[in-house]
Amino acid sequence: MSASAIQPILRVRDLAVHFPVRVGGLFGRWKPLKAVDGVSFDIMAGETLGIVGESGCGKSTLGRAVLRLIPATAGQVVWLGDDLLTLEPDDMRRRRRDLQIVFQDPLAALDPRMTVGDIVAEPLVTFHPDLGGDEVRRRVRDMVAKVGLSPEMINRYPHEFSGGQCQRIGVARAMILRPKLIVCDEPVSALDVSIQAQIINLLMALQREFGLSLIFISHNLSVVRHISHRVLVLYLGRVAELAPRDELFARPRHPYTQALMAAAPVPDPRRERQKLRARLEGDPPSPLDPPSGCTFRTRCARATEVCATAMPGLETVGPDGAAAQHHVACYHWRDGFRNK
Amino acid sequence: MLTYAIKRLFGAIPTLLILVTIAFFLIRLAPGGPFDDEREIPAEIKANLERVYHLDEPLIQQFGRYVLALAQGDFGPSFKYKDYTVTELIWGGFPVSLRIGGIAILLAIAIGAGLGTLAALRQNSRLDYTVMGFAMTGIAIPNFVMAPLLTLVLGVHLKLLPAGGWGGGAVRNMILPIVALALPHIAYISRLMRGSMVEVLRSNYIRTARAKGLPERLTILRHALRAALLPVVSYLGPATAGIITGSVVIEQIFGIPGIGRYFVQGALNRDYTLVLGVVVFYGVLIVLFNLLVDLLYGLLDPKVRYD
Repeated sequence: MSASAIQPILRVRDLAVHFPVRVGGLFGRWKPLKAVDGVSFDIMAGETLGIVGESGCGKSTLGRAVLRLIPATAGQVVWLGDDLLTLEPDDMRRRRRDLQIVFQDPLAALDPRMTVGDIVAEPLVTFHPDLGGDEVRRRVRDMVAKVGLSPEMINRYPHEFSGGQCQRIGVARAMILRPKLIVCDEPVSALDVSIQAQIINLLMALQREFGLSLIFISHNLSVVRHISHRVLVLYLGRVAELAPRDELFARPRHPYTQALMAAAPVPDPRRERQKLRARLEGDPPSPLDPPSGCTFRTRCARATEVCATAMPGLETVGPDGAAAQHHVACYHWRDGFRNK
Repeated sequence: MLTYAIKRLFGAIPTLLILVTIAFFLIRLAPGGPFDDEREIPAEIKANLERVYHLDEPLIQQFGRYVLALAQGDFGPSFKYKDYTVTELIWGGFPVSLRIGGIAILLAIAIGAGLGTLAALRQNSRLDYTVMGFAMTGIAIPNFVMAPLLTLVLGVHLKLLPAGGWGGGAVRNMILPIVALALPHIAYISRLMRGSMVEVLRSNYIRTARAKGLPERLTILRHALRAALLPVVSYLGPATAGIITGSVVIEQIFGIPGIGRYFVQGALNRDYTLVLGVVVFYGVLIVLFNLLVDLLYGLLDPKVRYD
């Protein structure tokens, strides 16, 4: 797809989410925890953007901040021309018809006191109060069938379903309004591998059918590779690398991306053993007290003095082709690939 | 659900039997008897009285006689109010206690749940602290302090409401006792409600409701309230049973002809049957309201199964 020709439906600019955290007991001072710090990206209609990173890197925070489920500290989220972050609460609420989310913990995300039919119907009834009961029921049954559940199940309660079925309900609930964008916040990380594939394929099938855009958040590289058109690698709340999927997986430029890919298991024991490892040492540093300069330098084999000076900005890798859409935040990205 | 309720009611019989047994022998352990008066009565009259009321029989025989009568719904005659049976006394006082207590508990639910929800929605705000401050005070002040204070200020000084008396059940006479009865419950329920509401509001499915684009009011009413009410409901069972059987203190202070006063008077007068009658009545109500709470739980939480 030629990105320049199509207007993005969502533009995120310099989005930041800081949580005040009290450090040092009762009389400590407040310090900002920069969960998301200056993230920018676009999403085209019908596109899937994968967001990957380690636990605690701000993936979920980013996804929720885009939908204003948690307040952003700074930045813009421009949806079809309006900055969502400055809208009046009621105007924002109306936009949610087009902006939905699938949550990580499928069972906890469903109200245990509502039948599945009511859960899926609720968005419909909220945004289309004029619809008759029969029409609502018909659409709910259609949607429930579309996500692969039997329509007879709509009178049951969430706790009577398995995790995978609950996530299908979550998808049905998000899809019933035919939204234009769905944020999938680790939708499969709580599920068995076989169920993961079913949910991923369901999301892809629904995307093909309705042409919606997806923000797919995951820590699982192979899942992200399967579903995404473009991939954004997040490290400590900042964009490390952003590139079209095939470009990123063929030519990862950021040492962090390379380390992540090296850490992903290969389902062949012989090749797994032979794999050169760019080992990622230790845990990410605390986002409360990030290193100066490039936040990755404390774990980076390529780190030099320049890395401690200032956070590297996003650079575009090449003038044309896929490289023109490939952005990386590293002083040393030209130094070649470590394990290619 | 009906089979469950019936099973529970049958299960209550041994509970009540144990209650009756303990109460029966405990009150007999207390020194003195119903016919010990300050004025000495002639020995033969006393013996006569005791024979009529079977007090001359061995204790265990009296117990059997009482339980047998009780099983047929007969609470026996009162020893002190000689023209009345215990049943008549209880049914005479209960409607009064029920009316005052019922209104008080409804008031407590409405105001307590409302205040608690409000405090939870504005967590850690000035409103929250104010409500919780009042609630703490309301719990801390006993009703034998609160009731005279209310009487003094509203009844005696401001002369807005009658300071006491029943007035045949006039609305003006009911206001002060109802308020005095409801206040500590309002305080307690609002604290319970705030706590559970704060927790529920943090749960994932509330986030889902917001993400759906549901207006905040509906998010609270449809999703949060039912879950947050659970702890309040379990508190309400015993609280309701207690409040509608009459508060000893409140009924004494305002001079209300409910059954609360029989709790104390019966015990002081060694009016054995009256005390036992009130105890059994209270026990039955406790059992009933706890059953009601468990059934309500099923309505509020579909995960509850009756089998």
